[in-house]
Amino acid sequence: MTNRRKKILYFIPFVLPTLIAFMIAFVIPFFQGIYLSFCKFTTVNDAKWVGLENYEKIFKTSDFTDALWFTTKFTVVSIITVNVFAFLLALALTRKVKGTNIFRTIFFMPNLIGGIVLGYIWQAILNSILNNWDLTLVGNADYGFWGLVIIMNWQMIGYMMIIYIAGIQNVPADVLEAAKIDGATPTQTLFRITIPLVMPSFTICLFLTLSNSFKMFDQNLALTDGKPGKETMMLAYNIHYTMYTRNFMEGVAQAKAVIFFIIVAVIGFAQLVLTRSKEVES
Amino acid sequence: MRKKILCASMCVAMAASALVGCGSDKEEETTTKAPASDDADADADADADADADADATGGKVYYLNFKPESEEQWKKVADAYKEATGVEVKIVTAASGTYESTLKAEMSKDEAPTLFQINGPVGYQTWKDYCMDLSSTDFANWVADKSMLVTEGDGVYGVPYCVESYGLIVNKTIFANYFALEGRADTGCNSLEDINTFAKLKAVADDMQANKDALGIKGVFTSAGMDSSSDWRFKTHLLNVAITAEFNDAGVTDMDEIEFKYADNFKQIWDLYITDATCEPSLLAQKTGGDAAAEFALAEAAIYQNGVWAWGDISSSEGAKVTEDEIGYLPIYMGLEGEEKQGLCTGTENYFCVNAKASEADQKATIAFVEWVFGSEEGKALVKDELKFLTMFTTFTPDDAPADPLMKAAAAYASNTELTSVAWVGMNHFPSEEFKNVVGADMTAYAAGSAEWQTLVDNCIAAWAEEKALAAE
Repeated sequence: MTNRRKKILYFIPFVLPTLIAFMIAFVIPFFQGIYLSFCKFTTVNDAKWVGLENYEKIFKTSDFTDALWFTTKFTVVSIITVNVFAFLLALALTRKVKGTNIFRTIFFMPNLIGGIVLGYIWQAILNSILNNWDLTLVGNADYGFWGLVIIMNWQMIGYMMIIYIAGIQNVPADVLEAAKIDGATPTQTLFRITIPLVMPSFTICLFLTLSNSFKMFDQNLALTDGKPGKETMMLAYNIHYTMYTRNFMEGVAQAKAVIFFIIVAVIGFAQLVLTRSKEVES
Repeated sequence: MRKKILCASMCVAMAASALVGCGSDKEEETTTKAPASDDADADADADADADADADATGGKVYYLNFKPESEEQWKKVADAYKEATGVEVKIVTAASGTYESTLKAEMSKDEAPTLFQINGPVGYQTWKDYCMDLSSTDFANWVADKSMLVTEGDGVYGVPYCVESYGLIVNKTIFANYFALEGRADTGCNSLEDINTFAKLKAVADDMQANKDALGIKGVFTSAGMDSSSDWRFKTHLLNVAITAEFNDAGVTDMDEIEFKYADNFKQIWDLYITDATCEPSLLAQKTGGDAAAEFALAEAAIYQNGVWAWGDISSSEGAKVTEDEIGYLPIYMGLEGEEKQGLCTGTENYFCVNAKASEADQKATIAFVEWVFGSEEGKALVKDELKFLTMFTTFTPDDAPADPLMKAAAAYASNTELTSVAWVGMNHFPSEEFKNVVGADMTAYAAGSAEWQTLVDNCIAAWAEEKALAAE
C-alpha cells in the first residue's frame, strides 16, 4: 500500500462518526429547510409543494424588510462599540498592572451567562431605571434598540477582549523596542505597529461580532419581545415569529430563513476577504 | 508499527464511543416510555405499568394542556388515572400565549400530542388535518347543546369541555366603603347593584379614583398589563364585547371584513381602564398578569377584569387579603345600547381534539382517558374539586358545579333570566394571533401616548381583512 492510500484508509474511521453526526444535525436539516421553503405546511413532516409563492409573500408586507433594517442598524452599532471597547480593555490589561488576571476573568464572565437569562436580568435593570421617569423599555423602539446594544456589549466585550489580548501579546518585543529606539510616540506605535500586527485578531473579532449580532435571537426575545409592535424585532426573531405565531405562514418563515442564511453568508464572507487583505506578516 | 497500533486503538475507541452513544439512546427511549416514579419500588411499578399498557389498549395518552392555571391539577388527574387504570398520561402545559407555537413544535415530533386543544372554528382551520372525527365517541354526545361543537359536514372535530365567563371582578368591601364615604360625588348610584351602564360605571370609578387615598387603594382598576401574560384580557376578551355586538347587529357569527362599528365604545372602556388605574398608562407595557392579580388580592384595586379561572391566581398571591365573600362580578359595560340587560361574557375557547394522525391504539386510549375524566365518578370529582371546570356535559349535574367564589358569582348571573350574556362568538372568530397582536400593540402604544386611537381602528380593520383572506387561501 502506498502512503497515500494508507492515509485515506485511516481517514474514513476517523471522519465517519463526525461526518454522520454532521449530516444528521446539519446537512440534512439544511437541505430539508431549503425544500420546505418551497412548500406550504403546518408541521414539517407533511408539506405540499407550492413553488416560489412563499418568496413572493415575504415582500408583500414590510415586516421582513423592517426587521432587516433594524438588524443592520443594530449590527453596525454593536460591531463598532464592542470592538472599540474590547480593544481598549485589551490594551489596558496588557500593561502589566497588578491584578490583570482577575480583571480578565471578570470581564470574560458575562459571556458565560445564557442569552435568555441575560435578557430578563437586563430587562429588570433597565426598566427599574426607566420607571423613574414613568417609561418602560418596550414603550419606545429607541430604548429597546439601545438596550439591545448594551446587552450585546456587556456580553461580547469580554470574549473579544481575550482574543485581542492574545493578539497584542504576540506582537514581537523586538519590533516594539526598535520603534522605541527610533523615537516613535505611543500613538505612532499603536497605529503603525500594534494594530497592523493584531489584524488577524480583528478579522476574527469582526467576524464573530458581525455574525453574533446579525443572528441575535434569545436576548431579543427576552429583553423586548420585539415590542413595541414589531419595531424591535430582529431578523431571527421575525423568522421565529412567522413560523410559530402566524397561521399558514410556516413556508414563508422558511423562505425568510433561507434568505437570512444567504445574507449572513455573503456579508460574513465579504468581511473575511476584506480584513484578510489587510493582514500583514510580522 | 507503534503508530499503527495507536491508530488502530483510536479507531476502536471511537467506534466504541459511537456504539455507546447508540446504547444510551435506546436506554433513554425505554425510560421515557415507562417513566419511573420516585418511589423505592420504581422498578416494580414501571414493570407493572408496561404490562398494564400492553394488556389494555397499548395506547399512550399525551395531553398538551392550554390552561397554565390548571397545570398542577391536570397532573393530579393524570396520577389518579394512572392509579385507577395503570395507563400513563403525559401532561405538558404551554406557557401563556405560546400554545400555538408549542403545538406546532410538538406535532412535528414522533411522539406527538394525542389530545390537544383548538380555540374554536378558527383554530380548526389551522389544525383540520390533525382533528379526528369524534362524532361516534361518547363524550361528544355528552354535550347537551350540539351547536357548541366544532363540526364540518357530519363530523365532529372539536368538543368543548368547559364553559367560562368573564367580566369585571369587584371587591365588594371597597365598594361598600366607597358608598359609605362622606362627601362622595352624586353619581346616582348608592350600591354596586345600581351600576348597570357604562356612564354609571365611569361616574363611580372616576369618583373612587378621586377618593383613592380615603379608600386606601392605589387605583380603581388593576393595571391593564400589556405583557404577554396579561394582554389577552384586553386584545381578546375586551375586544370580544365590541366585535360580538357588531356581529349581533348584523345577525351573523362571522365576517370577512369588519366595520369596527363600536370602536368608540371600545375606546371609552379602555380609556377608563388606563386612567382610573393603579399605575401610569405609560407603564402598562411591562405590567404582567401576576401584577394585576396581586394588586387585586392585596385590595390595592377594586376592579379586575378577568374570568372565573382567576380565583386560584388571586388567592395564591403572596399576602392575599381578599376573601371569598368579598368577591363579586359586574358585566363589562362599554356604552352599548341595552346594556342594562347585559350579563357576563360566557362561552368557551376550549375544545378537545384527538390527533387524527396518532395510532389507533393511542386514539382509543386518549378517548378512554377523556371519558374517564368527564364520565366516571372519580374523574368528575377531580373536575369539580381540582380542575374547577363548569362543563357542558350531560354527565354533570348542577351539584357538580365547582365551589369557587367566582364560579358562584358567575352562576348567579347565568341564572338571572332578565340578563343576556355576551357570547364569545366574536373572539372565537378573531382571524388569528397576528390580528390580536396588531390590536394589542396599538392598544399599548395608545396607552403610552405614542399612537393615535385612529391608528388602532384602521389597523384593526385592515388586519382583520388581511388575516381572514390569508386563512381563506
